[in-house]
Amino acid sequence: MIEPRFLDSGEAALVVEFGRTVDPAIHDHVLALDRALAAAPPPGVRETVPTFRSLMIHYDPLIIDRATLVERVRALEAVPAPPRCAVRWTLPCCYDAPFGEDLARIAEMAGLTEAEVVARHSGTELRVYMYGFVPGFCYLGRLPELAISRRATVRAPHPPNTVLVADGMCVITTVSMPTGWWLIGRTPERLFAPERASAFLVGVGDTLRFEAVDRAAFAALEARAAAGEVVARREPPA
Amino acid sequence: MSAALEILAAGPGVTLQDAGRFGLMRFGVTAAGPMDPLAFATANRAAGAPAGAAAIEISLGGLELTAAGASVPLALAGGAFDIALDGMRLPPAARLTLEPGARLRVRAGAAGARCYLALGARLALPPELGALATPARSGLGGLGGGRALAAGDRLPLEALGPPGGAPAGLVAPWLDRPGDVIRVIEGPQADYFADDQILAFCAGPWSVSPRSDRMAYILDGPRLRHARGFNIISDGIAMGAIQVPGDGQPIVLMADRQVTGGYTKIATVIGADLGRLAQLRPGARFRFATVPLKDAVAARRAEQAALAAPLAIEPVIRTALSPELLLGVNLIDGVTSGD
Repeated sequence: MIEPRFLDSGEAALVVEFGRTVDPAIHDHVLALDRALAAAPPPGVRETVPTFRSLMIHYDPLIIDRATLVERVRALEAVPAPPRCAVRWTLPCCYDAPFGEDLARIAEMAGLTEAEVVARHSGTELRVYMYGFVPGFCYLGRLPELAISRRATVRAPHPPNTVLVADGMCVITTVSMPTGWWLIGRTPERLFAPERASAFLVGVGDTLRFEAVDRAAFAALEARAAAGEVVARREPPA
Repeated sequence: MSAALEILAAGPGVTLQDAGRFGLMRFGVTAAGPMDPLAFATANRAAGAPAGAAAIEISLGGLELTAAGASVPLALAGGAFDIALDGMRLPPAARLTLEPGARLRVRAGAAGARCYLALGARLALPPELGALATPARSGLGGLGGGRALAAGDRLPLEALGPPGGAPAGLVAPWLDRPGDVIRVIEGPQADYFADDQILAFCAGPWSVSPRSDRMAYILDGPRLRHARGFNIISDGIAMGAIQVPGDGQPIVLMADRQVTGGYTKIATVIGADLGRLAQLRPGARFRFATVPLKDAVAARRAEQAALAAPLAIEPVIRTALSPELLLGVNLIDGVTSGD
């Protein structure tokens, strides 16, 4: 049991903070409160945003005042949260050139061979910690063996669906953007497809494992994804 | 011919905005919506539109448009913009009916940075992820794909309201908001700053950098120092949160902000002052004042009460005289007092 801190970001957003590090145990608390609020939403709560170590609760202070909201959160914290129903995903990733353009550099910085980097990256079950930056852009962790510093200078924009690593974390981009992270590969899957019935694929708290595919398989999967198909696999619960 | 508004000219950053896109912040989708929620709500109310209906947010770049196929009731509210209907000057907060072929021109005026054009009609456009709001960089909303409005765009309309008669000014004194002091609530990371830096933050003086946009207002002024580092593990970002990155230059995160981020946030602008800040032009000077949370809630309540009261209108006095009118008047006839 972690005693949360209650921080205000203005009069319409309450931050319930469970810690100050990236830690699955802290994140579990965030997810548990998020589920509890979703199961019994107090009037005036508009939206919740789970992050690495806190839950932001957007609320209407003319409907629910801060003290009442804090009281409700404390009450929810005192009882077990609804059970977690995280989905396990397998996501294809092509590490070959040109997609994994920084693989040699990542290997050098991590003190591993390129094959070992791919094995660690695809062999680790990663947790979806949060979204940010742009729609569908998610942060995955952790990869302690890839705890390498970011670039000293920002790289020119790369295509969407690029898989990046730095600081023991992994992100999947959904737009073309410049980056300070290292390019390890590209997935044919689109984590954000506004025209698809499931515009977003993975939820915060889901787990995800990358599966290495070669260039030919990548091209075939990318064509199917472009046609609106989901090419990531949903695995049965562990 | 079906009813529509036709854009004749649009400066950069003129966008469609409804109340915003909600429920998807957990997937990285910013809410967007109006930069000045109070002016947006006032315009919608005056137009007879439902609260939160899509309106046009006009930037300093200005907008010129006409109606096609039908008379379109509409209302304008926001900063002190120059508004002209077929050359006739109207007050900056006004209600009118745009007749087919008539030209409505909205340009930056004496003060303010945003003006809302609300419709007594519904925009017949498909929402994207549940809304028409157009955030920068997300590729969502508006006429599709999230782009700003441009000359040649056609906004199809349906469910038109009754024509509202002659143009009239809106009596909306709550929009006369001086922008010299912006109220904030400290936190969520005020504890990353020593007391003297909180004081320096309040005193400023600050001015809005010309690099500012709907995502962020970058503030020029003193550089702030952190007491214990500037990186935090990313957490949520509310509209109005004031982030202080490593270089000490504060950034107010506005309607199109990213929903999470990893810099310390010294304070958050209160809801009632978001519009005040949004109406500041580049170079405008101001300072911050910290207030307790209850004051911020009281200010919200006062705004809501102002909007709930009956909206008064006043007739428009012709201020731009047409050449035809001038030719018909003997300007030197009679005796004038000379003042």
